[in-house]
Amino acid sequence: MFTYTLRRLLIAIPTLLIISLIIFLLLEAAPGDPLGDVPLTVPPEVKAKMREALGLNSAWWVRYLLWLKQFFWVEPVHLWDYTFGTHFGDGMQRVISFQSRQPVMAIIAERMPQTLMVVGLAYIVGVLIALPIGIISAYKQYSWFDNIGTFIAMLGFSVPTFFTGVVLIIVFAVKLQWFPSVYDTMLEVTDWSSFWQQIRQMVMPVTVLALYNAAQISRFMRASMLDNLGQDYVRTARAKGLTENVVVLIHVLRNSMIPVITVIALGVPTIFGGAIITEQVFKVNGLGQQLILSIYANDLPMVMTLTFIFAILIVLFNLVADLLYGILDPRIRYD
Amino acid sequence: MIKLEKAMAKMDAAKAQRGEAPQPEAAQPAAAPAAAPPAPPHPVQITATSRAPRSQWWDVWDQFKTHKGALFGLSIFVIILVGIFLGPLVWKTAPSYVDLLARNKGPSAAHPFGTDQLGRDLLARILAGGQITIAVGMTAMLLSLFLGTAIGVLSGYFKRLDGPLMRLTDLFLALPLLPLLLLMVTLFREPLSKAFGPETGIFILIVTAIGATSWMQTARIVRGDVLVLKEREFVLAAKSIGTPPRRMILRHVLPNALSPIMVSATLGIATAVITESSLSFLGLGFPPDFPTWGRLLFDAVDQMQLYPARVILPGIAISLTVLSVNYIGDGLRDALDPRIRGR
Repeated sequence: MFTYTLRRLLIAIPTLLIISLIIFLLLEAAPGDPLGDVPLTVPPEVKAKMREALGLNSAWWVRYLLWLKQFFWVEPVHLWDYTFGTHFGDGMQRVISFQSRQPVMAIIAERMPQTLMVVGLAYIVGVLIALPIGIISAYKQYSWFDNIGTFIAMLGFSVPTFFTGVVLIIVFAVKLQWFPSVYDTMLEVTDWSSFWQQIRQMVMPVTVLALYNAAQISRFMRASMLDNLGQDYVRTARAKGLTENVVVLIHVLRNSMIPVITVIALGVPTIFGGAIITEQVFKVNGLGQQLILSIYANDLPMVMTLTFIFAILIVLFNLVADLLYGILDPRIRYD
Repeated sequence: MIKLEKAMAKMDAAKAQRGEAPQPEAAQPAAAPAAAPPAPPHPVQITATSRAPRSQWWDVWDQFKTHKGALFGLSIFVIILVGIFLGPLVWKTAPSYVDLLARNKGPSAAHPFGTDQLGRDLLARILAGGQITIAVGMTAMLLSLFLGTAIGVLSGYFKRLDGPLMRLTDLFLALPLLPLLLLMVTLFREPLSKAFGPETGIFILIVTAIGATSWMQTARIVRGDVLVLKEREFVLAAKSIGTPPRRMILRHVLPNALSPIMVSATLGIATAVITESSLSFLGLGFPPDFPTWGRLLFDAVDQMQLYPARVILPGIAISLTVLSVNYIGDGLRDALDPRIRGR
């Protein structure tokens, strides 16, 4: 297991390097000019100086290597400095956003909490809804509950999140006026009333995403339960006279959870990056919205860094899912 | 399967009682007429030997028919297709016709779905948008299917290619796809629309972008199937008479791997339609004068408090299409699985 983990980690390094190169080359191949928004009144020699200051004059591989150094060496050093109050990183050039001239990582750190709170909560709620639905659907296969559950799950991954979001806004924000339609990003939770306000503005985005996540996970849960319910060990457990609760909720559930947990782990990266559309619908100032803003503004370092962080998360949680599978299922041995 | 055979036998017996021989299908070789003389003395025996062969697609269709959701999805999808492609022949208002006197109208006889802020007829726009959306969905699906099948077959059949191609697939699976799609579409829209004109350029861009980022699942499934098929006796037999790899793949391996390919084809349409609508919704899809469903929804979002119908109608169109296609895929998966079929 240990050697397997080590091997996978070693494979992850070239994978990530290639991915970063792909993203970089994609950005490089694009014809967009980061100085396109600079007014025409700015004289050409000033523009040339600005280009030089942004480092746009050097060859692409120089800038790629520079970015790699900044991302893997300078940024961690700065994080270290920030955490322990040291000054190792002083004078080192960090990854700077073209748009705001701030370090990219500072912007990401600023926006991370909103994304984690809204999208992360939605994921947890989704999982908590999906598991019982999947269990009951499988236990009472083809019952009315199962049929309705199947239909809702189908709806959940057929109806795009931007449409569910818009419908919820029309019904609950415009017609019924229960919830605010736009996420108030300036709100600070200081007392109970602002806490309540925060809850109210989170309800709709969380519902939309939770529905979407629950639809997928409940299907996996149902399929996995069905696989296990027909196994011999279930008949044995029943023959021993165990109660139905024990058979289903302990024997079957524990075995059925193995693939479901890996599916849940695989979905975690979407918490950070996949909710781009929902954040856009409800104007949540999270990472996804930042990505879209930066793409519009041709802010190459920001786009590069954000996309690469999403890639790291995907690779990391793929590894976590595989390892969890090996830990949970004793039949799987990687060595 | 048993039920089916019983039904067939019954039908044949009934025919025989009426004094007619069961009609051999064209696929049956010349032996059939000899086995079915004009006046059979023992009808039952003869029907048993010369029962008309059915192609397996009839079995698939029979099983598909028992899946209510799939049948429902199929009919909805056909209705949508017919409506979109034949509708403009009946409803002749041009989707781009601007009637400034009839702005923001509600549903009426002249405009069943109302009009938008420029007085364009919403029904005509939804029909026209559907054509583009479905065309994008189908083409992107075909592209991703082609890529996925090619890579899957190559890596399953040729051992030497297996490693590199599967690493490539893993790499693509590890890419953050939505951000990359957004990137590709924003960065390359101008050069492509300059080169091919705004409509064709964006069409090519979006179809390529979706196709290039959605082939991985198909490739993995097809590879798995090919690996299994390669060990079967009929492949060995074909190899022993010297079939070259190209004909082996096209004649023996691919037809047998058709069922997973068909299922991923249907599901591919659904994901392509959703992806195209999402891109349009983020304002990165087709230019404003090409009303795809996602674009219509995006254009209407600003005024959704006043005119909710304009958001809801295209949204329902997208959702119904995706839902029906997903149900078809579900039914097809069950129908093509011989372990489930005939149970």
